Amino acid sequence: MHEMSIAQSLIDIIKEEMVKNDANVLRSVRLHIGQLSAIVPQSLSFCFEVITSGTELEGAELIMEVIPLKGMCRECRQEFEIKDYAFECPYCGSPDIETTAGQDLSIVDMEVD
Amino acid sequence: MKISVVKNILEANDRIARENRAIFDASNLMVINLMSSPGAGKTSLLEKTIDALKNDFRMGVIEGDIQSSQDAERIAQKEIPVVQINTGGACHLDGNMIRDTFNEFTFDDLDLLVVENVGNLVCPAEFKVGEDFKAMILSVPEGDDKPAKYPLMFHESKVLLINKIDLAPYLDCSIEDIKKEALKVNPHLTIFEVSCKTGEGLDAWYAWLKDAVNNRKSA
Repeated sequence: MHEMSIAQSLIDIIKEEMVKNDANVLRSVRLHIGQLSAIVPQSLSFCFEVITSGTELEGAELIMEVIPLKGMCRECRQEFEIKDYAFECPYCGSPDIETTAGQDLSIVDMEVD
Repeated sequence: MKISVVKNILEANDRIARENRAIFDASNLMVINLMSSPGAGKTSLLEKTIDALKNDFRMGVIEGDIQSSQDAERIAQKEIPVVQINTGGACHLDGNMIRDTFNEFTFDDLDLLVVENVGNLVCPAEFKVGEDFKAMILSVPEGDDKPAKYPLMFHESKVLLINKIDLAPYLDCSIEDIKKEALKVNPHLTIFEVSCKTGEGLDAWYAWLKDAVNNRKSA
C-alpha cells in the first residue's frame, strides 16, 4: 500500500504546477501508469480522493492510463510488446532488452481553470 | 486550460536518492538495498554475512521496519554500526528516511552499507534510496509462482538469493521453477541458492559479495 505516498507526491507536483500557471481550480489530471510499476489504479484513486477531500483540489478527476510494457532488442533492434513479463526478444531470443515503455509512473497533463 | 506537465511522479524521491548516492560515492561506499517478504531471512542473511566477512571489510546496516528495534538489536550484537528506522506504518523506505540516518554513520569508515528494507514484496521495489544495486531474497516456502506474481522486484534486483533451500524436500515448490520464472522477468539476475539455517550455499554468496566490494573500492 504505497499508493498513499505516491498520491502525496502527485499532489505536491499538481500544486507546484498550479502556482506556476496561476490556476485556481483543478478539473482533471492525467497519469500514465506503466504496466510494470506496482501501482493499483483503484488504490491510487482512493488515496487521491482521501487526500484531496476538503481541500481546493476536491472533486478533481484522476484519469489513469495504463501503458503496456514495450521493449527493444539490443541485438536485432526489433521493437515489441513484452508479454507476461518475459524479458526475452520474441524475434531472436536475446535477453538483452531495453525497456522503452511501461515502466514509469508519470503525470502527463492537467486541465485547470 | 490544459497544462502539459510530463513529470515522473517519483522524481522528488529519485532526486533525494541521487543526492544520497553522491554522498556514498564521495566515501567510495557500496550500498545494497536488501528486499524481501517478511520472514524470508533478510536479518538472518545479514547476521551470517557479517560473521563471515567482518574481517574482510567494514560493514554498516540500516534496519527498516514498521515497528520495533528487534532487528537492530540482533545486528548490534555483531558490533557493527547499525541504525533502526521505524516507518510507523509506511510499507517501504524512501530516500528521505535514509538521509535522516546519515549523522549516525561515518561513511569514510565503512566499505559496505546494507539497507534492510521493510518486509514487503511489492512497494520497496518502487523507491530508490541511493543504492548501488538492489538484492532480494525469496524463501522456498513462499512458492515458485512469486516471480510471475510480483515481477517488479525481480526485475529491479541484481541479485536473488533463494533462501531456506533446506526446506525444499518438505514443500511443493520447485527451486528450478523459481529460477526459471525469475530469469524470465530478469535474464540478468545473479542467483544464489542458500540456507541461512544450515549454511549451505552461502560461501558462493560471500565470495561474490567480497569481489563486488573490492571492485567498488578500486573503481
